[in-house]
Amino acid sequence: MKKSVYISVALVSIVLGIMLSTQFKIVKKSGVVTVQRADELAAQLKELQSEKDALLKQINDLETKINAYEDSASKNSVITQTLKNDAEKYKELAGLTDLQGPGVIVTINDSKEAVPPGQDPNLFLVHDEDLLRVVNELRAAGAEAISLNDQRLIATSEIRCVGPTVNVNSVRFSAPYVIKAIGDPDTLEAALKLKGGVVDTLATWGIEVNIKKSHNILIKKYDGVIKFKYAKPLVEGENK
Amino acid sequence: MAYIIIVSLLIGIVIGFILPINIPSTYVSYLSVAILAALDSVFGGIRASLEEKFDNLIFITGFFGNAILAGGLAYIGDVLGVPIYLAAIFVFGSRLFVNFAYIRRYLLDKMRKR
Repeated sequence: MKKSVYISVALVSIVLGIMLSTQFKIVKKSGVVTVQRADELAAQLKELQSEKDALLKQINDLETKINAYEDSASKNSVITQTLKNDAEKYKELAGLTDLQGPGVIVTINDSKEAVPPGQDPNLFLVHDEDLLRVVNELRAAGAEAISLNDQRLIATSEIRCVGPTVNVNSVRFSAPYVIKAIGDPDTLEAALKLKGGVVDTLATWGIEVNIKKSHNILIKKYDGVIKFKYAKPLVEGENK
Repeated sequence: MAYIIIVSLLIGIVIGFILPINIPSTYVSYLSVAILAALDSVFGGIRASLEEKFDNLIFITGFFGNAILAGGLAYIGDVLGVPIYLAAIFVFGSRLFVNFAYIRRYLLDKMRKR
């Protein structure tokens, strides 16, 4: 009987040892893979960013070329002249031109207050929702052009939390956030400072909101490419 | 007895490192629960042998049965969205400590008698 006991104990211990070392190997390996993967992704990101910068430069070059062509074409006839004027107007509406005018500059920064114990520290940071509320309020108050950290907000612009940062037009920003809006400065300021409004709510958490009225604000154009892949215009009288 | 356990444990660890056993990372949590169950069985076995109540069949079936049951329960828990593996960790963890306390007391008693 004694012998079989030893054998079974040895067998069990061997199996346990195999399990332990297998687990150890897996845990160790998965850790190594993540680090490698992160490095890989970081390198890829860097590459793509430089590629993106180069492409942006290309876009700018091409746009100046288009402008030159449009200018030279419009000199030829009245029709092209009117067409060009129309195009300018629609570009303005779409956010494809730099605009200037009176308005407000709103600077929003994370709370510098110490987080009281037991409180969610997330409440003391600026989130996408806070920015969206401010932008929404500005639009409701008749803002004609809005930019966030010099990214023009157009119809397809997103404001979205990505980890600790916020994405606008696929460009990443962290606090402080500077929102520029062109419109009646007094109306815009009053809309934000409404009692129980956005600024009031954010102030509860100590989030710093600084509103500055200005006579001349420059809002840059949207520098991405607007292209619809799925949406097609509906022609009147066509089958739906 | 203790020598057998330590030596064969080392042999097992070496074998595990040499053998190219690969378990998908999805199943790692099941394996960890199974390891806990196995550890519990080994400690229980040591305790039983010290109390001279060691039963070979109970030991072997307990070792494999508990490990498989714990892994299986963890899997079922994952499928159902109920963290059953917590129950396995709780039960086997507390039993580990209880068994270890028994072993410690037994060994201390033996040392004092000398």
